[in-house]
Amino acid sequence: MTTATTSVSGPAANAAGENLRFYGVWLAGMVVLIVLPLVFSSGGSLTSFSLIGIAIVFALSYNILLGQTGLLSFGHAVHYGLGGFTACHVMNAIVSHGWPIPLPFIPLFGGLGGLGFAILVGWLMTKRAGTVFAMISLGIGELVASSSLILRSVFGGEAGITTDRTALPRMFGWTFGPQIQVYYLIAFWLVVSAIAMYALTRTPLGRISNAVRDNPERVQFIGYDPHVVRYLAYCFAGFFAGIAGGLAAISFEIANSAYLGAIQSGLVLFATFIGGTAYFFGPILGAILVTYLQLGLTSVTSVWQLYFGIIFIGIVMFSPGGIAGLVMMHRPLLRAGTLWTVIPSYLVAIVPTVALGCGVILVIETIARHSGGEANAINLFGIAFNPKSPATWIAAAVLVAGGSVIARLTWRRVGEAWDRAATVARDRGYLA
Amino acid sequence: MLELIVISTLNGVLFGMLLFLLSSGLTVIFSMMGVLNFAHASFYMLGAFFGFQLTKWIGFWPAFVLAPLLVGAIGMAVERYGLRNTHKHGHVAELLLTFGLAFAIEEIVAMIWGRSPVDYRVPALLDFPAFTIFSTNYPAYKIFMLAVSVVIFVALLLVLRRTRVGLIVQAALTHPHMVGHLGHNVGRVFMVVFGVGSALAGLAGVIAGPALVTQSDMAAALGPILFVVIVFGGLGSLPGAFVASLVIGLVQTFAVALNGSLASVFGPLDSAGGPSALSDIWNVTIAQVAPIIPYLLLVIILIVRPMGLMGTRES
Amino acid sequence: MTAAIEVRAVEKRFGNVGIIRDLNLSIAQGERHAIIGPNGAGKSTTFNLISGHIKPTSGEVRLNGDVISGLQPFEINRRGLSRSFQVTNVFARMTVWENVRCAVLWATGHRYAFWKNVDSLPEVRERTARILEDIHLTHRRDVPAGLLTYAEQRELEIGITIAGGATVVMLDEPTAGMSHAETERAVSLIRRLTEGRTLVIVEHDMSVVFGLADRISVLVYGHIIASGTPEEIRRDPKVREAYLGEEAH
Repeated sequence: MTTATTSVSGPAANAAGENLRFYGVWLAGMVVLIVLPLVFSSGGSLTSFSLIGIAIVFALSYNILLGQTGLLSFGHAVHYGLGGFTACHVMNAIVSHGWPIPLPFIPLFGGLGGLGFAILVGWLMTKRAGTVFAMISLGIGELVASSSLILRSVFGGEAGITTDRTALPRMFGWTFGPQIQVYYLIAFWLVVSAIAMYALTRTPLGRISNAVRDNPERVQFIGYDPHVVRYLAYCFAGFFAGIAGGLAAISFEIANSAYLGAIQSGLVLFATFIGGTAYFFGPILGAILVTYLQLGLTSVTSVWQLYFGIIFIGIVMFSPGGIAGLVMMHRPLLRAGTLWTVIPSYLVAIVPTVALGCGVILVIETIARHSGGEANAINLFGIAFNPKSPATWIAAAVLVAGGSVIARLTWRRVGEAWDRAATVARDRGYLA
Repeated sequence: MLELIVISTLNGVLFGMLLFLLSSGLTVIFSMMGVLNFAHASFYMLGAFFGFQLTKWIGFWPAFVLAPLLVGAIGMAVERYGLRNTHKHGHVAELLLTFGLAFAIEEIVAMIWGRSPVDYRVPALLDFPAFTIFSTNYPAYKIFMLAVSVVIFVALLLVLRRTRVGLIVQAALTHPHMVGHLGHNVGRVFMVVFGVGSALAGLAGVIAGPALVTQSDMAAALGPILFVVIVFGGLGSLPGAFVASLVIGLVQTFAVALNGSLASVFGPLDSAGGPSALSDIWNVTIAQVAPIIPYLLLVIILIVRPMGLMGTRES
Repeated sequence: MTAAIEVRAVEKRFGNVGIIRDLNLSIAQGERHAIIGPNGAGKSTTFNLISGHIKPTSGEVRLNGDVISGLQPFEINRRGLSRSFQVTNVFARMTVWENVRCAVLWATGHRYAFWKNVDSLPEVRERTARILEDIHLTHRRDVPAGLLTYAEQRELEIGITIAGGATVVMLDEPTAGMSHAETERAVSLIRRLTEGRTLVIVEHDMSVVFGLADRISVLVYGHIIASGTPEEIRRDPKVREAYLGEEAH
């Protein structure tokens, strides 16, 4: 199948094919969401899926700012948290007043909570883009997080605000007590939000947001006020973050100041950037990976957050397009049929890279156990290393030093193979 | 009351000078390289922990010299092997790199020294009251901190005014686009500036460690305030950073010392309706609000003067 | 009939340095007006002053009789004035198609709409396609603008500028850095696309200027020393002096 760039004949058939593929991907996603809990039905995996679903909505909302509009926010969790608090308060109010609003509508109130605050502070925040916006978002984030501890009656102080999701009016006879029902509620809102956010990228506002990201100066000379564009994008991001917060409030039946804090803001930035900001599905990948790592690593190592930081730094330095960017850069080569010429060099490069990774893990775990006073063995791919033994230290040093030197050389080879393949792809018209 | 004013002024100026040790480096790095170094406060934290560890091994005075040099060396490595390679991906990527570093440094520090405060003590030589005003003993160590900050401040002024590198830095502050035309040594100039900025942050950490709390979350606590300082003062303005450091230092110190609330001034609120957001605001003391005051100042300055106190540049 | 652009006694100072001094300029509706002058005369600054990129220190600029000095660039653009840039200024990560389409959106009244599918707006699609056809970039429509050749980027720049349907089009050195053949192509493109509109152009290439312009203004040290038809300008002793003086350096 050729791209629209090269094919002159049969654009209609091509468009139909594209359409089919487009809807196919979305449908497949929905089917996976429906089937997933039937395959993995343990309580633990249901909770994990729920968390991942929430994280995806949150990361997609963040990408409206970072990927679509070019706004780097260090305080996006403010809207997530306020969405969560709003949802909790609304749920409690529904219960105490006996309003006939069932649980599935609650995330909408969360969204309105996030949107409300975005409307309030967004205009001031989006006056300027770039570094200044980043700093202001950090300041506003700290302001709200600190204020939440002062306004105890609204935010419940350290303990937070609790609620009971099962006390709300039922819908379809569902109590939303069992995790599976909560999962499907989250999956429903995930699909709705994802479609809405994708649709947003296909609107005039969405397109102009991209233009503002690329060149805010020029946008002014085609009739648009970049400040208004940034503000509207900020409001949408706040709304969908609020929905994610509302879902979290339903899932945990609590909202507390940690929802609003810098760590939550940092995590969504990590997830979005690691996944890749240039493609719509990037943040989805990132949210799945980061949540999964978060859940998986905590049980394996005490310093899981350090691994997060290292992965993030690695992505920023070596693959700023994130995982999605990494995957998508192979597409033209695949289409041009030159991908296979690169693969051998990858296979060669992967060995020293994995060795380097193992070395780094050994170093970190040895130090962690040394300063933590623990002496349990480090289990790496089934091999046990004694953190007290000099053999482990030597192995770690050799892996790190040797791995980095050889990895450097082999990745240079990958670069050369890549250039050759790309030249061919360019000649064949698959790469501009 | 007078006692409170004198002591708080002293403490506020001291805190302000410490902030300036950090914000000056941050400002110069930002002006020259266009990078807002998110990890700057982490270098401050590294300074404190290196100071603590080296003090344990070789005593405070050698640590006082060595720790900042060590931090400076790490800063130079970060510039040379991190930022320089990320530069081609733009300023957002550079900012994100330093963000990731800040995160990783906090985790590394927590991994090595734990998450609770370490026992970083004032050196015995300086562990005495310098003078007594009213009934308060003012510790000699704080006078020492103030002296160090002032010496560094004067030294910075001299370097900026009298040396070649200083002239380059000054030129970069006023004409950031000219930095590229400095010739092929620009890489080394960046590395040195980044290293010196980090070393100053490290020095601030070494001297602040014993007086404040040396803990793995100290960077995360100070970092945002630091950014408030430089946005408040105007991005890229060294005099702005100086004024803003002092203002925030004083305001926060005074706020912590004050126990008044709206309730104590205007009398208790008629609380028939039980606790509400209004009653929360009414009863909160200024000391409790202290942590959010810098951010309130940030919001106010953005409304009144979006470029910051002495800023001239848009972005 | 009111002039398309009327510049009255405009001054621009940066600090103590006067870049533009007592600038007066009147450009009639439908006129092709070239601004020429030696390097550093303030041609780009004049462009920036008229298009709202920078604000005059004093004086006023009128567009079709209305005062526009002091307005934001986007407000001026909405009143029907569009400009290009000397240094290519496109949306690098977006495709050629998207670049032009973004420039069409405001004029077709879709503004900040977030409830319409941008791909199913027929008038937007047709207009974008027509402009791509006009600037000969249809075959490159799906290429990110940042990957175009230099000449192609210059053509896209012109396309973005005229896409909104502005009645006054200002082009800042549209043929700078082009080869002879590319320049000829660009000139015929400009001639065709600005048919029926007012054109203000800054250009160094005298063959372009004299081939295209109805009237020419000569700017020297931030001041217009002569304004007239190409014939008048050719004969004007002051202009010859300024240009000869320039060449004597």
